[in-house]
Amino acid sequence: MNMMSEAAVEKALDQKMNTVPLKMIGKDVSVYYGEKRALYDVNLDVRENTVTALIGPSGCGKSTFLRTLNRMNDTIDSCRVTGKITLDGGDIYDPNIDVVELRARVGMVFQKPNPFPKSIYENVTYGPKIHGLARTKADLDQIVEQSLQKAGLWNEVKDRLHESGTGLSGGQQQRLCIARAVAVSPEVILMDEPCSALDPIATAKVEELIHELRTNFTIVIVTHSMQQAARVSQRTAMFHLGNLVEENDTDKMFTNPDDQRTQDYIMGRFG
Amino acid sequence: MSTSLILLVILIVGLAAYFAGRARAMASSNGKLSALHSLPGYHGVYVAIWSVLPAAVILALWLIASPFFVENATRNSLPEDVRNQGGATTELMLGQVMQVANGLRLLNADEMAAVTGDPAVLRDTLAAKGVPMANAGEAYMVTSAKTYNSMKDTSRWAMSAVVLLIAIAGAVFAIRGITAPFRARNRVERVMLGALLLASSIAILTTVGIVGSMLSEAIRFFQSVSPSAFFFGTVWDPRFSAAGSGGTEGQFGLLPLLAGTLYIAFVAMLFAVPVGLFAAIYMAEYAKPAVRGIAKPLLEILAGIPTIVYGFFALITVGPFLRDMSAQLNGLVTGNYVNFIQAQSVLTAGLVMGIMLIPFVSSLSDDIITQVPRSLRDGSLGLGATRSETIKRVILPAALPGIVGALLLTASRAVGETMIVVLAAGVAARMQLNPFEAMTTVTVKIVNQLTGDLEFNSPQTLVAFALGITLFAITLCLNIYALYIVRKYREQYE
Repeated sequence: MNMMSEAAVEKALDQKMNTVPLKMIGKDVSVYYGEKRALYDVNLDVRENTVTALIGPSGCGKSTFLRTLNRMNDTIDSCRVTGKITLDGGDIYDPNIDVVELRARVGMVFQKPNPFPKSIYENVTYGPKIHGLARTKADLDQIVEQSLQKAGLWNEVKDRLHESGTGLSGGQQQRLCIARAVAVSPEVILMDEPCSALDPIATAKVEELIHELRTNFTIVIVTHSMQQAARVSQRTAMFHLGNLVEENDTDKMFTNPDDQRTQDYIMGRFG
Repeated sequence: MSTSLILLVILIVGLAAYFAGRARAMASSNGKLSALHSLPGYHGVYVAIWSVLPAAVILALWLIASPFFVENATRNSLPEDVRNQGGATTELMLGQVMQVANGLRLLNADEMAAVTGDPAVLRDTLAAKGVPMANAGEAYMVTSAKTYNSMKDTSRWAMSAVVLLIAIAGAVFAIRGITAPFRARNRVERVMLGALLLASSIAILTTVGIVGSMLSEAIRFFQSVSPSAFFFGTVWDPRFSAAGSGGTEGQFGLLPLLAGTLYIAFVAMLFAVPVGLFAAIYMAEYAKPAVRGIAKPLLEILAGIPTIVYGFFALITVGPFLRDMSAQLNGLVTGNYVNFIQAQSVLTAGLVMGIMLIPFVSSLSDDIITQVPRSLRDGSLGLGATRSETIKRVILPAALPGIVGALLLTASRAVGETMIVVLAAGVAARMQLNPFEAMTTVTVKIVNQLTGDLEFNSPQTLVAFALGITLFAITLCLNIYALYIVRKYREQYE
């Protein structure tokens, strides 16, 4: 498959991405839902200020892996995680760790836009208020403006901050959810198929946004769309049947993958 | 033929019509079922409906209408002098004649001849058959009674014949209409729709009828007691409506009862809302499925206990316990062992009513909380909120309209609750603020005013209808307000 130009391939190689420091390290991560095993000893690293895309057919475990990164799997009763995941060297499954603080450092954006049934302003201030990030109303106002700016939503909503967040369009709602996650100043943002419920124009905006967010945040994104993975990510990891098949630079992955299964999936032979 | 026999015959005709219709449909399909628009069964049902429904309707109408005609004719057959004595006497005599008519049916030919010849023996003869007569027999009674009987018989025969004829005619008409492309299925559907419509309109009309009758009785009450004295009166002292006590007008002040009702409901809600709501939150958010599976049905058993049981629980257990406890407390503090809580008090009634209401609050709220989408929970948890922060800041606000609706529904139950307050609140109609003293409620007074031998013409009994309509208006307003709030919040949150 030759969807990348020669120049792009060279550029990717020039970036020497292997020198980027690691933000999160997953070692022998396995996940069980009751008796059923969903992930098999996954070793996957997340690089700082990089967009890492997780791809693979439905039910391959990519979303499950994503949710282990901020322990959202804890909310499912039957779920059990083994192995080790570190954030800046600290084990996030350490019994002494504060899950709430972890989730403040590793934020999440979900598949379906899920703004709270509150005003746009309150949606953005929700996290900062809980974590005590702002002392005064002015601080909050500033956080709201900055977050909405970063999410590319400010110009569209600045005149109606106190209207309900659920009244926005689907794409705007998703960017509001990103602004909400950004407002807590996380280090990592996890995105679980953030564009699957959006139309192409809204998708383009969110993708553009992901590109910009990369400068400040480390991003892990699960996507069903190969094109999206190619467009937004620098690293790509391919999952299949609960196993990590291949992890590579995105450019290499989509031009010359190491594994036959990756090749087949990208060519649309299964999935 | 008796009415039930006629009904049976109609049903048999209907059954026969069903099979005839089926057979006709089968025949017209020429052995190919797919040639039929509707399955043979539908054709059968269609024919059966045509034979049973019109016949049954005519039967019902006839049964309702014929007594009017027969009685009217009998009334006209009474002698001039009887009819000239005025309406009441005529009706009395008519009743007498109908009594005689029933009695005559029990007589054999000899006795009949004797009675016809000498009306004086009528009374004794009928008494021997177990039919009492108020007046002495007279000649016109026997003739009128005979007319009455013969007319009744004729009517009955005519009815049997007509109804049977209509049943058969309906079946024949329907069978003749059956062809392969005939849309029997759609016709049957329409009859089903009609039946469902009838059922729901019966429910609605009953409500309208109840309100109408309450209103008319309440208006009768307000003819003897002025509405302002009722709605703004502060003294409840209806007196007894003893015979001949025309002059003793009671005082019918609503306010003490209303105050008691609202006060007790308030205390009950004060107790039920936090407990019920917290139980619901635990059930919906924290309880493991196994715990929830056991605890939720157990909690809902509380809702199944008849309120009279709560009533004597209050009367025998809670009331005396509170009374004794207050005496002990008072003794410990002041050395004077006098209870400051009455056994029958606002607190007792409110507490027990609150227990009764817990399952309503918790069950309704639980349903509403679990309906809040999981994505909202995930969104909040994903931002690093704790569970209780998520509940407080996201789930409860999102569920609020539903919860408010549930609470208002519960409040209208509390206002209308009767058996607990009858036993636990006492009957003293007072206006005061001490929750340890007895107060009474609207429902208790309705029960009081309607207990015993009554005639519905004195304000003492009619006041029950005025109280009832007031209570109805309150609960109606609560429900309308609940709907209003729910709609307002829904607009805001959607």
